[in-house]
Amino acid sequence: MTAAARARKYTPRTAPETKVATSAMIASLAAEGYDTVSAPFGHALVAAAKTDSRIVGLTADLAKYTDLHVFAQAYPDRFYQMGMAEQLLMSASAGLAHEGFIPFATTYAVFASRRAYDFICMAIAEENLPVKIICGLPGLTTGYGPSHQATEDLAIFRGLPNLTILDPCDATDMAQMVPAMVAHDGPVYARLLRGKVPSVLTRYKPDYQFKLGRAQMIRDGSDVLVVSSGIMTMRALDAAELLAADGVDVGVLHVPTIKPLDTQTILEQAAKGRLLVTAENHSEIGGLGEAVARCLLHAGVTPTYRQIALPDAFLEAGALPTLHKMYGLDTASIAQKIRGWL
Amino acid sequence: MPQITADARSNMSLARRAWGIRRKALQMGEVQGQGYVGQALGVADVLAVSYFHAMRFQPEDPEWDGRDRFLLSIGHYAIALYAALIEAGILPENEINTYGMDDSRMPMSGMASYTPGMEITGGSLGHGLGIAVGMALGLRAKGGDQFVYNLMSDGELGEGSTWEAVMSATQHQLSNLICIVDFNNQQADGPSRDALAVGPEAPKWRAFGWHAQEVDGNDLTALTAAFDAARCDQGARPRVIICNTKMCKGIPFLERREMTHFVRVDPDEWARALTILDEEMPL
Ligand SMILES: Cc1ncc(C[n+]2csc(CCOP(=O)(O)OP(=O)(O)O)c2C)c(N)n1
Ligand SMILES: [Mg+2]
Repeated sequence: MTAAARARKYTPRTAPETKVATSAMIASLAAEGYDTVSAPFGHALVAAAKTDSRIVGLTADLAKYTDLHVFAQAYPDRFYQMGMAEQLLMSASAGLAHEGFIPFATTYAVFASRRAYDFICMAIAEENLPVKIICGLPGLTTGYGPSHQATEDLAIFRGLPNLTILDPCDATDMAQMVPAMVAHDGPVYARLLRGKVPSVLTRYKPDYQFKLGRAQMIRDGSDVLVVSSGIMTMRALDAAELLAADGVDVGVLHVPTIKPLDTQTILEQAAKGRLLVTAENHSEIGGLGEAVARCLLHAGVTPTYRQIALPDAFLEAGALPTLHKMYGLDTASIAQKIRGWL
Repeated sequence: MPQITADARSNMSLARRAWGIRRKALQMGEVQGQGYVGQALGVADVLAVSYFHAMRFQPEDPEWDGRDRFLLSIGHYAIALYAALIEAGILPENEINTYGMDDSRMPMSGMASYTPGMEITGGSLGHGLGIAVGMALGLRAKGGDQFVYNLMSDGELGEGSTWEAVMSATQHQLSNLICIVDFNNQQADGPSRDALAVGPEAPKWRAFGWHAQEVDGNDLTALTAAFDAARCDQGARPRVIICNTKMCKGIPFLERREMTHFVRVDPDEWARALTILDEEMPL
């Protein structure tokens, strides 16, 4: 422990004047005014399972917290409670895949990426088995501290050959990803948005449809291009509204497939001479920002590049809105940063 | 018999200590309006016996080298340990209303870097027993006579890492290691016995070479005897006390709830729970 950390540990505190509750709920992240959909992943899985008997669901004691309980209720015979054993969750999913099933395995992103990595690597990815790993609390979406904050899951998984990586923005992405994952013959890691999930993308682009492997412009803009994934696309769109009021025209390119990266679309959009800002709910190391930077450098396309991401640090515990502000993931911070970079 | 026990410092009964732990946990729960209160109420008796009968520590010096180590493997039980640490005088009582707040020393999930008396960072379950093995090896290598206590949950019995540590503790004859399992038959998705913890528990641990006891974890007399037996056993082997506890123990209207892992308590129910407790304050 550093001297500063030790000093902090032994400094008495007094209660803050305003009470903010620590929250694990994703819906509390949505800005005011978005409609929400309840358990989009769970319901989409039930719909897919209706016509595809290969689909089974497994969890490591987190069905209720990953919306898999919806599937478990609809198809109790196709649901396996593995107990709190994430390594087994992955091995057993691999075994089911060997026997022709398409397992959807759920846990939290931290436990899949940290504890179960070797089991995902060797039992699933190396054999290119169609196991779909669906993980809650991606990035900074809980105030419980580093044990639950998956700030490096994309970095960990991007290094894994064969694995497709998805980072949905909203309820539309989440629901439409399910049939796309089933259609894709290989392993997938998807960040999960659970509970009441906001509908964001269709508000800005009514005909939006998730397409595996494709990045899509959600909003055009002549001054700035934000390249974002996950909930940061929502934040980018909200920030774009704020900036529009100041006469700054911001385009938003949503990249829900982190791997394989849609380099063609990114390069096309990056070549238009705008300030390019990447925005991700992930550490600044090894996520979308670095993936985009690499793609640009390889192609010799070099717009002014800035990154919005979480710092390379173990993050604090606390209330989620406080933490998003502290680490610059909230809408106001994004708008302010972009203004400063122009 | 082991010498110095913490209760020698005070004539306050263990029942009163357990009551104090429950009360403080409820007060903290009320601050956040949520929390793992069911666990705290259930494990309060185990913590009372740990801190006020079994363990050696110095409240004014939480890092005193002669202390028995107490590892909270289950980070989500932090609310319970904070209550015990306050009861023990290691944390100040006036920080109760900072629980789970921004910049608090008492975050919802227990972390060593935040809280005096919190030996390890929990939250990712299945870590405690392995760390306890290392600490027990280390203390023995240094010639210390301290015990290492590891408090874990029935859910953690599902993690493979737990059983690696179980075997290692036997291999290394760690007689200074005492594992406490809070067996409340609850996990996130439902009863533990429906997940991976299909019994029988004590015979399983015995088969792995441990001195194993199974007790009613809400019976202070039984707990005291079990802790004494665990500390006094002369065998060159690790010890486990499987404590069968009841979630939400002491607050009947909460005990009856079906979902107790993250028990829902409505705003007006906190006062009701505290009133019930206050009516039963032991001497
Ligand atoms: C490695 C790991 N997997 C999953 C979780 C999520 N989780 C938190 S508490 C919990 C239940 C564990 O069982 P137990 O501790 O017996 O629960 P309780 O008695 O508190 O209801 C789970 C699955 C976790 N914290 N760590
Ligand atoms: Mg339990």
